[in-house]
Amino acid sequence: MQHRSGHTLLLLAAALPLLAGCQQHNILDAKGPVGAAEANILVIATIIMLAIIVPTMIATVAFALWYREANPKALYRPDWAFSGRIELVVWSVPFLTIAFLGGIAWIGAHRLDPATPLVSEKPPIQVQVVSLDWKWLFLYPDQGVASVNELVVPAATPVTFKLTSSSVWNSFFVPKLGSMIYTMRGMVTTLNLMADQEGELYGLSTHFSGDGFADMHFPVRAVSDADFAAWVNGAKGSGAALDRAAYADLAKQGVVDAPRSFGSVEPGLFDGIVAQTVPPGPGPAAGGVENVRPKGGS
Amino acid sequence: MLGKLTLEAIPLHQPIPLIAGAVVAAVVLGVVAWIVLAGHLPYLWREWITSVDHKRVGVMYCLLALVMLIRGFSDAILMRSQHVFAYKAAGYLPPEHYDQIFSAHGVIMIFFGAMPFMIGLMNFAVPLQLGVRDVAFPTLNSVSFWLTASGALLVNASLIVGEFARTGWWPAPPLSEITYSPGVGVDYYLWAIQISGVGTLMTGINFVTTILKMRAPGMSYLRMPMFCWTALAASLLIVAAFPILTATLAMLSLDRYLGFHFFTDSHGGNSMMFMNLFWAWGHPEVYILALPAYGVFSEVISTFSGKPLFAYRSMVLATMSICLLSFTVWLHHFFTMGPGGDVNGVFAITSMIIAVPTGVKIFDWLFTMYGGRVRLTSAMLWSLGFMVTFVIGGATGVLLAIPPADFVLHNSMFLVAHFHNVMVSAVLFAAFAGYTYWFPKAFGFRLDEGWGKAAFWFGITGFVIVFGAFYWLGLLGMTRRMQHYDVADWRPWILVSAFGVVVMVAGVACTLIQLVVSIRRREELRDVTGDPWDGRSLEWATASPPPVFNFAALPEVHGEEAYWAIKSRAREQLRLREEPDYAPIEMPLNSATGFICAFFATLIGFAMIWYIWWLAAAGLVGAFLTFVVFAWRDKVEYEIPASEVARINRANRATRLEALQGVGQRRAA
Repeated sequence: MQHRSGHTLLLLAAALPLLAGCQQHNILDAKGPVGAAEANILVIATIIMLAIIVPTMIATVAFALWYREANPKALYRPDWAFSGRIELVVWSVPFLTIAFLGGIAWIGAHRLDPATPLVSEKPPIQVQVVSLDWKWLFLYPDQGVASVNELVVPAATPVTFKLTSSSVWNSFFVPKLGSMIYTMRGMVTTLNLMADQEGELYGLSTHFSGDGFADMHFPVRAVSDADFAAWVNGAKGSGAALDRAAYADLAKQGVVDAPRSFGSVEPGLFDGIVAQTVPPGPGPAAGGVENVRPKGGS
Repeated sequence: MLGKLTLEAIPLHQPIPLIAGAVVAAVVLGVVAWIVLAGHLPYLWREWITSVDHKRVGVMYCLLALVMLIRGFSDAILMRSQHVFAYKAAGYLPPEHYDQIFSAHGVIMIFFGAMPFMIGLMNFAVPLQLGVRDVAFPTLNSVSFWLTASGALLVNASLIVGEFARTGWWPAPPLSEITYSPGVGVDYYLWAIQISGVGTLMTGINFVTTILKMRAPGMSYLRMPMFCWTALAASLLIVAAFPILTATLAMLSLDRYLGFHFFTDSHGGNSMMFMNLFWAWGHPEVYILALPAYGVFSEVISTFSGKPLFAYRSMVLATMSICLLSFTVWLHHFFTMGPGGDVNGVFAITSMIIAVPTGVKIFDWLFTMYGGRVRLTSAMLWSLGFMVTFVIGGATGVLLAIPPADFVLHNSMFLVAHFHNVMVSAVLFAAFAGYTYWFPKAFGFRLDEGWGKAAFWFGITGFVIVFGAFYWLGLLGMTRRMQHYDVADWRPWILVSAFGVVVMVAGVACTLIQLVVSIRRREELRDVTGDPWDGRSLEWATASPPPVFNFAALPEVHGEEAYWAIKSRAREQLRLREEPDYAPIEMPLNSATGFICAFFATLIGFAMIWYIWWLAAAGLVGAFLTFVVFAWRDKVEYEIPASEVARINRANRATRLEALQGVGQRRAA
């Protein structure tokens, strides 16, 4: 009996990534080291817990059916209400499970902390991310270019993201690469990710941010180093400049139809957004709070 | 004169809310008109609206909860059907409407569905189980209920007048600040929750006092039924946690109304502080709901297994551990805000530790059935359904408590599936189990079992389909609160979940039919003895429905399972316990204070939402005057003469004696 349930678990463990493989968006089939490590923890922890909950579920149904009133074979022990040995097991099993999973959580929380740089021979690419109402702005400080609603990164190169928001909270997430992280006004969060190979992925906001929230998704293109350089050059050649005026325009509420890129970025723009010396997103009323809060009745 | 309120507040140009609002208004007005025309108003006023009887208040709480559960469920139907149409399309609900629906769904289900149901069951059963005549503060209890109803009324009024919050069920700044949410939606949220929150806090105080100070003679703490322990734990949590919510929402109100900067992210304000404070209430809140639910399952599983609860003291320890630990986990709501490995690691472990006492409870329920004689009634089916499905919710909860797993699952449909998995299978299943279990005690007849079982099977099947699909959608990277989507991989699972909702609708229909059928067949389903389930705690020691004073004489308690001991002795000796010396009983007088206070509270809330300052002031004065009039009352109680007490008690003793003689005859045969 014990033997067979072990086999079932192994089968399940094998089936999980298999199921994952046939789904383009499945986070268990990660395309980067962070996501792969996280998917691994997810699968291991699931299997450990299944080993406890599946027998519990079976026992629940089995006890209820065997001890049903209509079964004359079941022994009725109306006064049996305590057993020290059973209590010892009952407290130990969840405790030991949690002690074990707690260890995984503690180690994982440190090893996979989003701020921890990834180990690689290549130096990381820097990307500054600003969530706007309702689009994503990606600034490449070393390349001096920027894009809206399209993230282009070189494959097999670590990327260090610094993230903030121009108005309300959002959360930056590329499911296939792993870890999401919040963007908040006046604050900077740090995230390190890497795409293993070239390909087009899907990114989105996972924290609700208002009426245009559902459109806050963007393609993530992991490309070769040469293609990345070509893309940067293309953006530079496109001519549009991202200065404060262009940024103020972007910060207004609205959805953009197609990705856009900027050939130059005003120096210090990201720091200004964080320090809020660049005005935050105005929200639905461009006139500011005073026009929003009406005077009361007499 | 009317502040922001103009005719434009009524959504004449939006057909869906207009029709929904009109239907609700027509139903409410129709019911009110029928009550008045059929002459039921004096009865309702005397026996229900002004009643301070804990049983009546409990029933009204449950009724409010049932109605609000249906409202919340219809929001769920709208969301699921929107997703059926919103694949690479806009669907039929524009974002500004869809956003209100998911916000209202969460608010209504938590504050006006789940909470009133659990509090209603506590109100009904706890004083009976403790063997006493009422709660500590009966009029306050009525005020609590009516304030909760006032909050529910405001939320539903937003359907017709103005709009509801578009921020989600917890209004996170800066989105909920006046700059980004200039409408009245967030204000509706704030005032509805503040008013009902005051009611909830008073309920907490009332029940802590009742359980600590008012137990039948001999009922020591470790002789209380499990449900009373869980009610105590939940009430302690209410007293400790609800003031945090009230203060937090008051700060947000100051931001919105007076231009303060608590959470604005400018001028020194910090939105993360809202998140901290909100979840410092929010996570204990989960256990305010779940603990009474565990209590219901403990009663039901023990009764229908024909055995005492296994390892009772261990269960008490587990309950009180959960009560304390629930305050140590809130930070897991922001693992993904980058607090760093140490903070995440510590709160991951504290969050997981809660699974230990919860796991203990599951195993102890399992061993309660072991060696039992299990009767598979519908109340027991809900409990079994809970045990089988809840462990999945618990396991996914532990999974989400592991920071690296949360980094890819936070805010996803997986998370949505997880908290519905625990809330539905614990709280909602407990609500139905408790409703079926105590219904005969409240009304004197049982609910129809056939329709009850049908409701269970449809309900649990639909629930597994919907949230099974959600779990998978979360693994496919789908996030919550999307008004439309264009990812082909999600499409099939969204259709699956929509099918699950259809199955759930059948379950809801069965529940409603069950009520109608049971009322029609009430003579066949009559509970004559007051002990329809062969119960073990004191509520089954009195008639169904119990007399207003509950017990002719307060029962003497000599051990755990007070009523089981009395009943076992009676069965051995084939005679009832000695008839008590009847004495007159003093009971609290009815009071309209609760209803009138809530009327003024509704006015205050509505006036503040629409900036009608004079009306808010008038409401405040009215509420204060009501309090003064109540405080000035001369007569607080009335007396039920001993002869009347004797008459009522003897009638019940006669039916019990008959049942006992039946036992004797069977034994002789």
